[in-house]
This record gives sequence, C-alpha cells and structure tokens, in this order.
Amino acid sequence: MGAREIIGLKGVTFSYGKEELLRGVDLSVKEGEFIGIIGPNGGGKTTLLKLILGELEPDAGEIRVFGNAPKKGRRMLGYLSQFKDIDFDFPITVEEVVLLSRIGENLFKHYGSSDKEAAQKAMERMGISHLRGRKLNELSGGQKQRVFVARALAGNPKALVLDEPMANMDIHIQESFYRILKELNKDMPIVIVDHDLEMVSGYASRIICVNRCSAHTVKSHGIGKEKMREMYD
Amino acid sequence: MIDVLSYQFFQNALIISVLSSIAAGIVGTYIVVKRMSLVSGSISHAAFGGLGISYFLGMNPLLGATIFSLLASTGVAFFRKSAGNRLDVLLSFLWATGMAIGLVFIFLTPGYATDLFTFLFGNILLVSAADIWMILALDLVIVAAVSLMYNSFLAATFDEEFAEVGNLKTGIVYAVLFGLMALTIVTTIRVVGIVLMIAILTLPAATAQLFRKRVKEIMALSALIALFASVSGLFISYYLDFSTGPIIVLILSFLYLFGMLAKGIWKPVREKGTVRANCKNI
Repeated sequence: MGAREIIGLKGVTFSYGKEELLRGVDLSVKEGEFIGIIGPNGGGKTTLLKLILGELEPDAGEIRVFGNAPKKGRRMLGYLSQFKDIDFDFPITVEEVVLLSRIGENLFKHYGSSDKEAAQKAMERMGISHLRGRKLNELSGGQKQRVFVARALAGNPKALVLDEPMANMDIHIQESFYRILKELNKDMPIVIVDHDLEMVSGYASRIICVNRCSAHTVKSHGIGKEKMREMYD
Repeated sequence: MIDVLSYQFFQNALIISVLSSIAAGIVGTYIVVKRMSLVSGSISHAAFGGLGISYFLGMNPLLGATIFSLLASTGVAFFRKSAGNRLDVLLSFLWATGMAIGLVFIFLTPGYATDLFTFLFGNILLVSAADIWMILALDLVIVAAVSLMYNSFLAATFDEEFAEVGNLKTGIVYAVLFGLMALTIVTTIRVVGIVLMIAILTLPAATAQLFRKRVKEIMALSALIALFASVSGLFISYYLDFSTGPIIVLILSFLYLFGMLAKGIWKPVREKGTVRANCKNI
C-alpha cells in the first residue's frame, strides 16, 4: 500500500439529461499529491469537482472522500469556487469572509475565540491580516484569491479543491498564486481545475485531462504539446 | 406639535413607525444585498389575498395577511431550487393571484372604497391597538431570528455553494429568511400599503448600502432611514392633511437619490485611494 487515498472515484458515470458527460471515470488522489484537472470548456471538469463535493450524484460508480460518502467527507475539504459565482459587491469584510468556513452545519453559529484564532492564523498565513476590515470589492484580484484561500484554510481542511480560481487573472498573479499553492501542498493534497495547461503543468505532480466521457491521467512532465492537442480533440 | 402628540391615534402611528422601521431595516437589508426585491414584491402582493379574505370575514386584516404571506414565502422557499430559471413565473403567479383574491373579497364586502385605498397605499393614522400588539410580536420574532442566525444568513446569502459544501442546510436558512420577509411585509402594510411596500423594503437598505460596508451596519442605518422617513412623513401628511403612504415613499426616494448623488461626487476620490492601496499590496 502506498500513501493514503484522499479522494477515490471508481467507474463514475454522469449525464445531464440524456447527454452523457462522464463515463467510467476512475481517479485516486493520494496524500501529498498536487493534481491538475484540465480539459476543454464543457468537457466536464467542473462536473467532476461537483461530484467530489457531493453537489451532484453520479448515475453509476462510487465516490469516496476520506473514505466516506462525499456529503460526509467533504467537511474535511477546503473549497474554492469559481470567482464568477461570487458577488464581489456584497457588503462583507475580509475577516467576515474568512470566518464563514467556521460555521459548518451549525444554523445558530456564533463565533468563539477558537474561531477567531483560526481565522487570524489563516489570514496571517496568506499575508492579508492587515486587510481584515476591508470590504471585498476594495481588494485587487490577487488579494481576493488570498482571502478565499484563507477562508478555506480557516476550516482546517485536510485537502484543497479549487475550481478555476485563475479565470481572468493576469500571468503574474497566476504565478504567485501557484507558488502559494505549492507551499500549501507541503501540508495537504491539492486538486485544481484550470484551463491554463502550461501553468498548471509546471506545478502539478499529475495532470488529468477530462474531455467528454473520458478522463486520462498523464504525467505532468514530458508531455508534448501534440499529445495534449490530441486529448483536447 | 405638542397638541398632536397627545392624540392616541398619533401615538399609535409613532409606535408603528418605530416597529415597522426596525423590521424593514433588518430584513430589507437581505432583500437588497441578495437582490431579492422581486421575491419580496411577490410575497407582499400574495399577502393581499389573505388581507381581503379576513376583511370580508370581519377579522383583523393583518391576520389573514400574515397567513397568506407565510404560505407564499414557504412556497417560494420550497420551489426556489427546483424552479431554477422559472422562478420568476412562480413569483408572478403568486403576485397576481394574491392580488386578485384580495380584490374579489374586498369587492364582495359592503363599503369597500376607502378601506381598499388604505390597504393598497397605506394610512399609518388608522392603526388600532390590536395592530400594535401583533406587529410588536412579529418584530420580536424577526429580531430574535436574525440575532440567532445572523452568521448562517450571511453564509447562505453571500456564497450558498460554499455553505452547502460545509454542510449548512441552506434550504432551511432560506425558508426562515423568506418567512421573516413575510412577517416584515405584515408590519409595513399599515405604513405604506401593498403597492408602495417595495419602497420601504428596498430603498432604506439601498441607501444605507452606499455608505456602510457590513450587513449589520447597513441594517442599523437602514432602520434609521426608514424611521426618519416614517416619522417625518407622518408629520408632513398630518399637517398637509394628505395620505401618509405616498409622502413616506417620496421621502425615501429623495433620500436614495440624494445618497446616489453624494456617492457619485465622492466616488472618484475613493477609487483613487483604492488603486493606490492595491498597488502597494500586490
């Protein structure tokens, strides 16, 4: 036996209506890994993540997250959603965003000192504690990313799952963000969906290409451009 | 001015101003920050159905309004996810059906003409003691629920997907939030009426949002704005002998426009400051 399995998919099939999007997908994410999920738009990358997060149910196959069903195991995942789903004009401060991961399933949550400490530690780790009182839309793109990583970290996750956090970010911000992730990867496995193949292949230990009904695992290094083009088509 | 304060009906009107402003300030903030004004419009017009029925039966109209608005809010909460893009059709259905039921029953009741007008456009000077007790009870429920669930409301309205991944039952959170919206609507019927209600539910919070950056602060400022508009509107309409609802709404509209203008003047300065701060931190 190798390292412990964090996320496991066996023969997972999923369709939207009559249209089959994923067929017989197998995937195993182990301790310490940095997995990049790539593929064309509409190819099923985000769907794969939503299945892992228990937001969608597979038509067939089995998904385990930390050995449990996704709805149970996902509590141990730190999640970063697509930025396009976030309303940045919402009146909320950096600290309030970071604290949200402390709520969990508690409908009547009031933050105690341990919650505030966890948020403080996460903000310090991301270098944003001086921005704690700022409103979200007063931040730059790179700062916003750090806020959302800090929110995930404040929940003390055992793994990070990210859905295209780089969309519309310039190349310098992308690079510095990947360096942050690389640093975090020392403590926890990371699964990131990204459409920028060149960027992700420089950091990920393994790349999965998801393209309608298929999911190939390929090594990140030594993968030729032509091979990639082939997978996209 | 002292004279008028000694009248019972005027005291009642002042009490209702305070109570309804608290409810509208708090719940209106959620309506504005989560862009749910169509939902609130729909629930308020649905409330009119219950109002008409209880008026016809000779009961307190606010009782029927409470029942109908709670039913409508439960329906919206139940179908919110499954209706998807069709939610606006459901909202239109509740909106028009509630209104039609209310009108039918009010027409069936003898002597409807003046009362219909006050239900639709509000008259805060016609508040009864029973109304006050009922609205006080609704206010307590609203304040208690928001103090208990403030953080889960924030989580579900800001980023529902993240809250769900953390296993928060967002369906319940939204059902409670819509329920509070229903109760708030009942507290404001006397003040501005069904048709003008959207103003007191959205304009104070929309104005407050221009100046404050946290939900809590917007709630407080928004309640103050609603209170200012209700009380000043009350005095103005008393001395001009004019219906209260439209005056209160016009004051709210004026404050909102004033806020937008003020914001427009300050904006370039603030943006400069933001850009500079950002450059430093990249």
